[in-house]
Amino acid sequence: MPWSRIKPDTNEPDFQIEGLPDNRDGRRVSYAEAINEALSQALGLDPRVFVMGQGVDDPSGMFGATRDLHLKYGAERVFDTPLAETALSGVAVGAALGGMRPVYFHNRPDFLLLAMDQLVNHAAKWHYMFGGAACVPLVFWACIGRGWGSAAQHSQALQGLFNHVPGLKLIMPATCYDTKGLMLAAIADNNPVLIIEHRMNFKQRGLVPEAPYTLPIGKGVIRRKGRDVTVVAVSHLVVEAYAAAQELSEEGIEAEVIDPRTLRPLDEALILESVARTGRLVVTDTGWKTGGVTAEIAAMVAEKGFSSLRAPIVRVANPDLPTPSGYTLERAYYIGKDDIKQGILKAVRGA
Amino acid sequence: MLPTAEEKLQLFRTMLRIRRVQERIESEYMQDEMKTPVHLYIGQEAIAAGVCACLRDDDAVNSNHRSHGHYLAKGGDLNAMMAELFCKATGCSGGYGGSMHLVDVAHGNMGTSAIVGGGIPIGTGQGLAFKMRGLDNVSVVFFGDGAADEGTFYESLNFALLKQLPVVYVMENNGWAVCSPTATRHSGDNVFHAGAGDRLFTAKIDGNEPEQVFAAMAKAVARARAGEGPSFIECVTYRILGHAGCLQQDPKGYRDPAEVEAWRARCPVCAYQRTLLAQGLLSEAGLAELEAELAAEIDTAFAFARQSPLPAADALLKNLFCE
Repeated sequence: MPWSRIKPDTNEPDFQIEGLPDNRDGRRVSYAEAINEALSQALGLDPRVFVMGQGVDDPSGMFGATRDLHLKYGAERVFDTPLAETALSGVAVGAALGGMRPVYFHNRPDFLLLAMDQLVNHAAKWHYMFGGAACVPLVFWACIGRGWGSAAQHSQALQGLFNHVPGLKLIMPATCYDTKGLMLAAIADNNPVLIIEHRMNFKQRGLVPEAPYTLPIGKGVIRRKGRDVTVVAVSHLVVEAYAAAQELSEEGIEAEVIDPRTLRPLDEALILESVARTGRLVVTDTGWKTGGVTAEIAAMVAEKGFSSLRAPIVRVANPDLPTPSGYTLERAYYIGKDDIKQGILKAVRGA
Repeated sequence: MLPTAEEKLQLFRTMLRIRRVQERIESEYMQDEMKTPVHLYIGQEAIAAGVCACLRDDDAVNSNHRSHGHYLAKGGDLNAMMAELFCKATGCSGGYGGSMHLVDVAHGNMGTSAIVGGGIPIGTGQGLAFKMRGLDNVSVVFFGDGAADEGTFYESLNFALLKQLPVVYVMENNGWAVCSPTATRHSGDNVFHAGAGDRLFTAKIDGNEPEQVFAAMAKAVARARAGEGPSFIECVTYRILGHAGCLQQDPKGYRDPAEVEAWRARCPVCAYQRTLLAQGLLSEAGLAELEAELAAEIDTAFAFARQSPLPAADALLKNLFCE
């Protein structure tokens, strides 16, 4: 498949990357290489870590994220799985209870629905349900598809479902630097962590230090400072929101762009502090609008920061529809920079 | 492999202990102090006893909603179990779990799922961990005929065979999933009995005969420790009481009372008691002593549970995450 409708390879915008203030001339790697390096370092540093998932050892290696790791660390620690997401998710839970640190790759969140029982009924509850007697340190990973007509069952952005569940940590990185640091943090965490990536991110190249490092789970970052409106953007929409903000700057509107990086726990303080300064909020997410991530963040601000708001909150999310396949329909379906610009204008000018 | 005289007495002791604990819970349940749905194990004691007699403390067991027998046979503390049923802070799960979610890390019981079929892959994953860590431990999964309806059973056993995992799948076929009989759910004997050939040791045995369970399990455990892969043992037994709660809470009309009576007459505890008495391994005096000892232990456990504190309200916000 030529995947011609995925965006071309591009360097990440020159936005604020927390932790890398003085590294502008540093090493630039692809998004996949950043994840691959994190996994490789985790496998090298900790014998409890292993990587499983359908296709992790095939030539494409999960869009490159797991490519060739089996050659370096062996088929015992990096292995293909049967297409049995329900049981294999339970196997990951059991292996975690047995002292290992599994990283289970699913190439689409759509397939995580088959893993729901183990993620929601088991992994997320295990520590609480037994009064703290047992921990489940595991990482689930999936990558939202988009482009070339992936359609309704290979494009779903289901973070809203998982965001609902207590006991799961939910990470959605947006930069090469973050995806490496958050993967290493997820593997080091003693709890079930779900990382939802986006296929569009895989076209980015960014600054990434070679040495292993972790980033705090639950800490967001301001990608662009601005006085007029706060834009909370998730995953690849951080780049879109940043571009929208840059363009609106020429019209005299200065938008502050916040990348929460993790949806659960959410860095509420960062968002509330920003809204306290700007008085306006736009929330944008790759998932559906109803009951989704934009709804949750908007509700949180309405609940805890209402007195800061000078205008209604604006949400920019995908319509409440399955993803269509044909590219004209796709174009009508997906939100991006222009929709975020419209959202910002609505928040700032009320129109 | 047959149990030694000492092992036979231990089997009987474990069975009788489970039975007497279940009976006490049953008899006191309507007092409404144990505010948790109990799924009693009466009639199935030979299975937990026979299986766990072949295990070490550091072997893993994965149980299900009907977990009391497995927890006790594997070495679980009775005080902590009863306190859990009384929803107390001193319970094995600190009052967060209740009867369906018992845990006993010290004896390889890493927590119990009450989603039918949910524990099967988890036990499989524990087997994977043992193998990856180079240990000779065994992971045992207890599940009912209801869980054998679930896809996780097929998926897990396939994976265990693929990876040659040290897992023993113990199916307790007690004839009923809530009020649905096996005959309306299973197309016949489980396909793994015939479908996996030489790759899988399988056995279908009388689950009311502790020595049959012990013998099959001893073989399965030896294979697992030797790296020869998983086994599947189906133990045919019967759920004497209802799905949940005490006798009077069992709905009437879904099964023939004569069927229940026929299985009551095949009570595994009474039958084994008669066998050991006849063989001279157990004396009437020894039996009386054992009964007295168990009664005292159960009295102590119920007293411990009643006297224990309830969890403080601030416990609600603890334990969501592991630090």
